[in-house]
Amino acid sequence: MKILTLDKLPLNITAKIYSLNCDEILRRRLLDLGLIDGTKITPIFNSPFRNPIAYKIRSSTIALRKEDVKDITCIIGD
Amino acid sequence: MGFTKLSIDSIFSKNSFVQKNEYDFTIALAGNPNVGKSTVFNALTGMHQHTGNWPGKTVSNATGFCKYKDKDFLLVDIPGTYSLMSNSEEEEIARDYICFGNPTLTVVVVDATCLERNLNLVYQIFEITKNVIVCVNLLDEAEKKGIKINLNKLSNELGVPVVGTIASKPKTLRKLLDTIYNVCTGSIIPEPRTVVYSSVIEKCLNTLKKNLNYSRLFVKMDLFKIVR
Repeated sequence: MKILTLDKLPLNITAKIYSLNCDEILRRRLLDLGLIDGTKITPIFNSPFRNPIAYKIRSSTIALRKEDVKDITCIIGD
Repeated sequence: MGFTKLSIDSIFSKNSFVQKNEYDFTIALAGNPNVGKSTVFNALTGMHQHTGNWPGKTVSNATGFCKYKDKDFLLVDIPGTYSLMSNSEEEEIARDYICFGNPTLTVVVVDATCLERNLNLVYQIFEITKNVIVCVNLLDEAEKKGIKINLNKLSNELGVPVVGTIASKPKTLRKLLDTIYNVCTGSIIPEPRTVVYSSVIEKCLNTLKKNLNYSRLFVKMDLFKIVR
């Protein structure tokens, strides 16, 4: 088991959301999009300079800025 | 028509709800951004509201009429929103309409290709009103992706009528109209299964609800602010 920030998660590796430490407005929006504790998340595309990165979340694809995902932590493995 | 931000700007203010007079029922079309609410709206009303394949295109409520059997319906196309706890101006318009516009019936249009994300809004709307129909749109897109949706099971699970549509093919909307008609005239009574929270939250909710004349959701929203 390893806890890391979401921007460090390599492509095509699935992790589970551990915490959202973003500011309130963004946190609210991310919760609305289904990023809650334990949600599986997989980075599936990179853009130039790795910002933003597209993630697969609950069967939809969502692109998130690097600045924003730095505040999200996730767990790999059990 | 084209109700984009540019074309209407200040003409339609946030609270421009149409007065009730020449129609029998008001139907609100709610849903996540970019699920085809405006396409459903156009197909039902025969209007040509601006549609496009990008989210955030509708920024104000648009209204249109639709006659089915012996009843006249006023349809209100509201901006897409992920949740009723809004962050942006359009989401506020959407929330205000769903919560305070008093539609007879709310049709929640959901995207068949990412149903799970869409159901968040469905459950939130359940806490505001009982009269809800879920319209699973983009079934053709889902089929392309190999997703099959068991509409009957979804309907049992949610407790409200669920209709599958492909809004770009107006023929598929007939069943939706039928269901809207049946719910409005009372021959189908939706019984949405609202979320049950942990006992602590439920207890707080009930205490607050007794003291305030609020719906559950708003009590919950305020509770969030207090807890955080």
